[in-house]
Amino acid sequence: MAIDKFLVEASHIMMFARSVGDDNPIYHDENYAKETDLGGIIAPPTFAQSSAQFDPNYFLRPKIGGEGWFGSGKDASGAKPSKDSGSDSGGGAAMGLHAEQHFEYHMPLKAGDVLTASTKPGNSWEKESKRAGKLKFSESVTEYRNQDGELVITATGVGVQTERAVDS
Amino acid sequence: MLKENEIKVGDTHSAILVEDLKRTQIVQYAGASGDYNPLHTDEIFTTQVAGYPSVFAHGMLSMGLTGTMLTNYVGDGALKKYGVRFTNQVWPGDTLTGKATIIEIREEDGAKVIDLMIETTNQNDIAVITGNATAKIET
Repeated sequence: MAIDKFLVEASHIMMFARSVGDDNPIYHDENYAKETDLGGIIAPPTFAQSSAQFDPNYFLRPKIGGEGWFGSGKDASGAKPSKDSGSDSGGGAAMGLHAEQHFEYHMPLKAGDVLTASTKPGNSWEKESKRAGKLKFSESVTEYRNQDGELVITATGVGVQTERAVDS
Repeated sequence: MLKENEIKVGDTHSAILVEDLKRTQIVQYAGASGDYNPLHTDEIFTTQVAGYPSVFAHGMLSMGLTGTMLTNYVGDGALKKYGVRFTNQVWPGDTLTGKATIIEIREEDGAKVIDLMIETTNQNDIAVITGNATAKIET
């Protein structure tokens, strides 16, 4: 996947921080944040994952205009999107379950930044599991760069396809 | 930011990340992150079609909750690296506790950093996340 414009906005940061139980004022109070060394609102460490919002083809979001959605409506499952109808933002989700996620922070991610993201496939490997059958792992590496072309975050996601549902 | 003279290898910090995780918080995370996979929010699809006992949290929600514990410990803008493995699923009703342990104090790129081992466990003391982080400290 490639994202041309990932707008890092204060209101989105506030909502994201709430959803991960974080009431640190550095994520929502501009007056507080201005007085810190960071000089303004920054994003929480896993915020880059929400770049999915800016991927026009992200397959885990219902699309306007009715390509169908595989969640329940009248029936337990709606239409299933075709496998290749979307792309895989930020990590493993499109490849099944999310097995690992790694972030490397090169500089603070700040409200007002405008990022681009480009993803390349990494390694892939297989493993046998008693709980879920054959496991197929695959890695994707996403580089987030800011409006000055500087590398801000490198994100590596590992997805796993399982043979059957895992109910630990 | 942590100060070098106030920490040592073996120091730990832990916090309760969430008690009795609600489906609504999982919905909240879906909306904020943009990951609307029905496995996390649609009980009917998840139980009847996908074959799971219930919806379950995004791995990234657990990582985000654990990140809150981590940044509350090391300070804002201090993290250099943060990585996890999702070792077990997190279900509605779970209570999660996150723990970070300092395993090394060293230099990187001319500055002092700490390496941390991270583990988040549920109410049955089963690890749902294991991981590592590196953070800048003050000298």
